[in-house]
Parts: sequence; structure tokens; C-alpha cells
Amino acid sequence: MFFYQHLLKTYVSNLVDSSSNLFIMMEWIKNPWPWYVGGPLIGLTVPLLLIFGNKRLGVSSSLRHICALCLPGNIQFFKYDWRRELWNLFFVLGITAGAFIAYSVLSDHQPIKVDPKLVTQLREYHITNYDKLAPPDLFNWSELLTMKGFILMIVGGFLVGFGTRYAGGCTSGHSIMGLSNLQWPSLVATICFMTGGIIMANFILPYVLRL
Amino acid sequence: MEAIEIQDSFVEKMNTDFEVRSLDSVCISTSELKHPGWYNLKYIFAGLLFGIVLVKTEVISWFRIQEMFRFESFHMYGVIGSAVVVGGISIWLIKKFRIKTIHGEPIQLYKIRFNKGQVYGGLLFGFGWALTGACPGPLFALIGSGTTVIIVTLLSAVAGTWVYGYLREKLPH
Repeated sequence: MFFYQHLLKTYVSNLVDSSSNLFIMMEWIKNPWPWYVGGPLIGLTVPLLLIFGNKRLGVSSSLRHICALCLPGNIQFFKYDWRRELWNLFFVLGITAGAFIAYSVLSDHQPIKVDPKLVTQLREYHITNYDKLAPPDLFNWSELLTMKGFILMIVGGFLVGFGTRYAGGCTSGHSIMGLSNLQWPSLVATICFMTGGIIMANFILPYVLRL
Repeated sequence: MEAIEIQDSFVEKMNTDFEVRSLDSVCISTSELKHPGWYNLKYIFAGLLFGIVLVKTEVISWFRIQEMFRFESFHMYGVIGSAVVVGGISIWLIKKFRIKTIHGEPIQLYKIRFNKGQVYGGLLFGFGWALTGACPGPLFALIGSGTTVIIVTLLSAVAGTWVYGYLREKLPH
């Protein structure tokens, strides 16, 4: 009798242990992931897409397929068989759904922790809310009608679409896929992405945020 | 037939877009297997993985992008750098062991030719990246994570792509 009691006790305590392990794991998943976990996982999408069906990682081309699908006009650049590139639209659909899952199920919704220097700098522009990935103080529907919001969301978006297609790829197509495949034009593109970003963030954006 | 060939060589000469496979491989990929549409579902799975990681590493955050461009944090450099290392090793292994796709096709990788668009377009995209705090992948991920106003930014990015297509012949490449 005592033996069975003992067994039951160990079983229960093991159960509690393993569930607390599971709890710790869930806690860990719900925290933001460090770069050395997320970066390699992003890198693994390169072989995954190649092995799935010879697809090269790239997201910005989906914007081109949307043009080809919805409004090709009489433009040579959009006259191609978008059905053959449909995988890319499935991929971005997956990104959207994956982000939804990550945010609604796998997050603890803590404010984003950023460098204290940035917090001080942004306070000058009255940006103090760190509750979402995109600053709620800047990226919301009512800001859209202000000059600042127009530049950040609409001009910014236009430059992303125009620039990536002009460059023939974006961060995934050039900086991850292109660099992984040791293509030097992708290195040129990546250096230009960074240069453009550094100029904008340090020298132009401060004026936009003051609007 | 002749007309198609002329068009192919035109596309070949003019191609600056190495993400869109069917354009630069019209002739090469005649042996490409035809698959039913639902075969594409596996790319949703790949996208799910990509989207979850984009959110969990916070690389879709405007704050993180500002940190990167102001050199205030190593995070973004670590993510992109380690992604390239893992991607590079994977491609090296794929080439070394001649790994095939799950459908038995040999894996093809292409050279990217240089053109001036990578400089001009790259700078313009850099401006947009710092403003929106998002590149195209994160635009979709931000919408998924509930910042619905980014739908407008995405539509604007589609418009930007369209205008590029419209002006393409006049732009220096």
C-alpha cells in the first residue's frame, strides 16, 4: 500500500515537474526571441523554399504579382503568367497568418524593450507608447490624415514598393537570398538599402517626426 | 513561334528582376513539372514559419529599425547576419551534395547581374524602410499582427511597384 502511495506521489510530482517545464518553455516562446534564435530560423527558409520546389526567397515580387493580377494595364513589365508565380502569393498569405498566430497566441504583449538612448530621443517627438510593434503614436488610422502620417505611411510605402522593384529585390531577396548565394550585386543593393536607411533615419526623419 | 522567341530575348535582355523565376527561365525551365494548384499550399507553411519568426524577433518593429539605422543595437545586424550565415551554409550544402527538390528536380540557382537599379532603387527603398519601419515581408506581418492601418501602406507599396513598371523604360538601369 505504502509502495503504491509512493509511486503515485512520484508520478504526480513528475507530472507537476514536466508541466512546469512546459510552462517555462511557453514563457520562453512568449518572450521576444534573441537574434541567434530568430536569425538562423529566417536563414532556414532559404533551403526550405528551394527544396519545396526550387523557389528563391523573396517577398517584394509579390507586389509585382498583385499588379500583374489586378491592373496589368498595357505595361510590358506586368505582362507575364502570374499563375506560375502564385506560390509567392501563398507565401505572403502564410506570413500574414503566421504573424497573426505569433501575435495572438505566442506573445505576452509586453511593451517593446529598446535602447534607452532611443527612448530619450523619441520622447522629444512625443513617442512614448511601446505597446505594439509599430508605434501606436504614429501608425494609426487618424494619423493617416496628418502630414506626418501621410509621409510615414503613404510616401514611405510608395518608396518601399518603387525602390524594391527598381532594385530587383528587398531585404529577403537581396540581403538574405542574394548574399547567401554570394551574389555581389546583392551586396551592392544591401549596402544601398542601409545607406538610404541611415540617411533617412538620422538626417530626414527627425524633421518628419517634428511635423 | 518566332514572335515568342523575339519576346523571350527581349525579356532576357531587359530582365532586372531576379526574384521572378518564370521571366528569366522561359527557355530553361521547359522541363518544369506541372503541379496542381494545391501544391502551393506548402508555401503557406513556409510563410507561417517566416511570419512567426518575423514577429517573435521583432524585426517588423519600427522601433527596432530605428535602433538599427542609428547604430543603437546589435539585434537587427545579428538577425540578418546569422540568417545569411545559415542560408549560405545551406546553399553550399545543397550545391555540394546536389540536393534535389522534394519532386526530384535539380535545384537551380542563378547569378544576379548588376544594374544601376540596385543602387538607385536600393537607396529609395532604404528611405522607405526607415520611414515605414518595414520592408515588404514585414508589411504583411504587421497587418497580420493587427496594425490594420498598414493595409494602406501595403496598397501604397503596390502603387509604387506599378509606377515603377510604368516608368521602367525611362529609368536608368
